Amino acid sequence: MKIVLNGEPRELRAETLSDLLVECGFSGRVATAVNEDFVPAGLRIAHKLSDGDRVEVVAPMQGG
Amino acid sequence: MKSFYGIQLPNPLMLGTAQYPSPAILEQAFRDSGAGVATVSLRRESGAGQTFWQMIRDLGVLVLPNTASCHTIKEAVTTAHMAREVFDTNWIKLELIGHTDSLQPDVFQLVEAARILTEDGFQVFPYTTDDLIVGERLLAAGCEVLMPWGAPIGSGRGLNNAYALRAMRAEFPDVPLVVDAGIGLPSHAAQAMELGYDAVLLNTAVARAGDPAAMARAMLLAIEAGQLAHQADPIEARDMAEPSTPVIGKAFLS
Repeated sequence: MKIVLNGEPRELRAETLSDLLVECGFSGRVATAVNEDFVPAGLRIAHKLSDGDRVEVVAPMQGG
Repeated sequence: MKSFYGIQLPNPLMLGTAQYPSPAILEQAFRDSGAGVATVSLRRESGAGQTFWQMIRDLGVLVLPNTASCHTIKEAVTTAHMAREVFDTNWIKLELIGHTDSLQPDVFQLVEAARILTEDGFQVFPYTTDDLIVGERLLAAGCEVLMPWGAPIGSGRGLNNAYALRAMRAEFPDVPLVVDAGIGLPSHAAQAMELGYDAVLLNTAVARAGDPAAMARAMLLAIEAGQLAHQADPIEARDMAEPSTPVIGKAFLS
């Protein structure tokens, strides 16, 4: 399946958002959004991905 | 000192975590200043996020996530939700940028986003201008803190409009007010506190100084001096001299 992950086109096997995090090696504290909508951690396992989905995975960063 | 959504801060310095020469210097700046609040952000995970988060946790400070660089209500609200999950706090420094060069807040979108987030249980710290009516609207939208700018973010110009900030203090005597952005020197921070502000939020002035830890300490001392001065009820400025030494009893010698 073709997914745009953090702005980069990727070809992934994952069918759900939680599978995607495992497949791409994300761990620790991250938050997710699909097609610009927030997906809470508890809903990732049930969130099925579709071809062309835009997925954002963000983490803590320095800020002012 | 006023509380921020029920929380008493250890001192009135809120310090940003961006732009330091190294994580060790960032840590030292926090330790030397005793700043009790750290602003943080969310960015695409590139591997560095978890180490940074562990360091902030070890500092033992309150965390205030921001919505920096958001230009729309939708973007800011989504970012706030992601920040609440990652940082495990209802606090959000709401930034809705309206102008590219000055990073001036888009106050129209700001008010609407503040309303949406407050209804969702967030405790909103709105980065706003010194406009009194916008301040009123933000309070009506549910904000219990206002954070007017001193000058554009990162400009180091100090308090561009001390008159407006003083008017804001007078208009909202019971609301915790924070000067956020534009501070360049400890004297600017002291001035904000002398006006009766409850806290100062700054980042660049410390992080980009030659010795960030020393500057952080200088900021805290200035902030505490300004706060004490405000509590001590300063005199009014006047145009003409007034002798401080008693005139009565002066020897007649001419």
